[in-house]
Amino acid sequence: MIELLSAAPPTSTGEALAFWVLAPVAVVAAVMILVSRKAVHSALWMATTMIVLAVLFIMQGGIFLGVVQVVVYTGAVMMLFLFVLMLVGVDASDSFVETLRAQRVAAILLALGVGGMLIAAISRATFPDAPGVGAANDAAGGHVEAIAEAIFTRYVFTFEAVSVVLITAAVGAMALTHRERLTPRKLQAELSVERMRSEHPTPYPSPGVYAQHNAVDTPALLPDGTASDASVPDELRRQGTVRHTELEGIGESDADEGDQR
Amino acid sequence: MNPENYLYLATILFVIGAVGVLVRRNAIVVFMCIELMLNASNLAFVSFARLNGNIDGQVVAFFVMVVAAAEVVIGLAIIVTIFRTRRSASVDDPNLLKL
Repeated sequence: MIELLSAAPPTSTGEALAFWVLAPVAVVAAVMILVSRKAVHSALWMATTMIVLAVLFIMQGGIFLGVVQVVVYTGAVMMLFLFVLMLVGVDASDSFVETLRAQRVAAILLALGVGGMLIAAISRATFPDAPGVGAANDAAGGHVEAIAEAIFTRYVFTFEAVSVVLITAAVGAMALTHRERLTPRKLQAELSVERMRSEHPTPYPSPGVYAQHNAVDTPALLPDGTASDASVPDELRRQGTVRHTELEGIGESDADEGDQR
Repeated sequence: MNPENYLYLATILFVIGAVGVLVRRNAIVVFMCIELMLNASNLAFVSFARLNGNIDGQVVAFFVMVVAAAEVVIGLAIIVTIFRTRRSASVDDPNLLKL
């Protein structure tokens, strides 16, 4: 690795080997982001692509950038993506129905056009002899020193502008996700009064009591053998994932009545 | 191997990301594809830094990463806000401004 950074051969055999192993992985993972039906799978393929790109950065002498890529992208950004995915609902798989006519075909044609143009431009361009960043590193006394020198001298105004962008983004995220409380918060005294006046002053039955399972998605069985809907969380009932198990042989006629109710 | 191959790889990844932005409906996946495009451009920047033998390309890639992080924060906050009001993360659903 050190030789790779300081010396200036175009590419060593090892680098070529690593490239031809990693580049297909990156491309396949990128395609899988596109075709995965579930957003969580897309996120995992995205993480794969980002780690591969971090290795490619390091292979080209961007050690600092590779580490930042792992820390910022696979660490922070992917966690943010997964967090929002869990918030929005993991089961929300994408519909692949085209709403605009021939949009997919047009998109692929456009992509082929852009890609062909870029590849043609790259293949016709003349590039320098790939000296590598070793000389620039040595001039500053080290790789991180070279980057620090560039950021804090030549690019210091960009650096300041970017820090303003980051602070604005942090404030903006807070402003966007903050919810103003419209009604005053209920205190415990009001809550208890409300509860005593409601139809159900006692605690709700806990799930799974007398049933065959004691998981939260199994409603408790009342003494007459019917399942008590009040014992499962509202969210599970809304999702329709409540498991209905009845004790066999106990109060079957009552259970039938309960179904009709 | 020619170091220009990194540029071809960056182009391919960029194009895949662009197709994803155009084709997918889930706003979060669209965001991931934008991240993929930004990463591909970063790879091109790092490759150019290596091809030209100076560190500036890597510094620009570093700035791109910072801006991408800010963009993800704001974008996901917008997605969460839309999801809260519309109960959907699809880019087809917020169409109130459509005639």
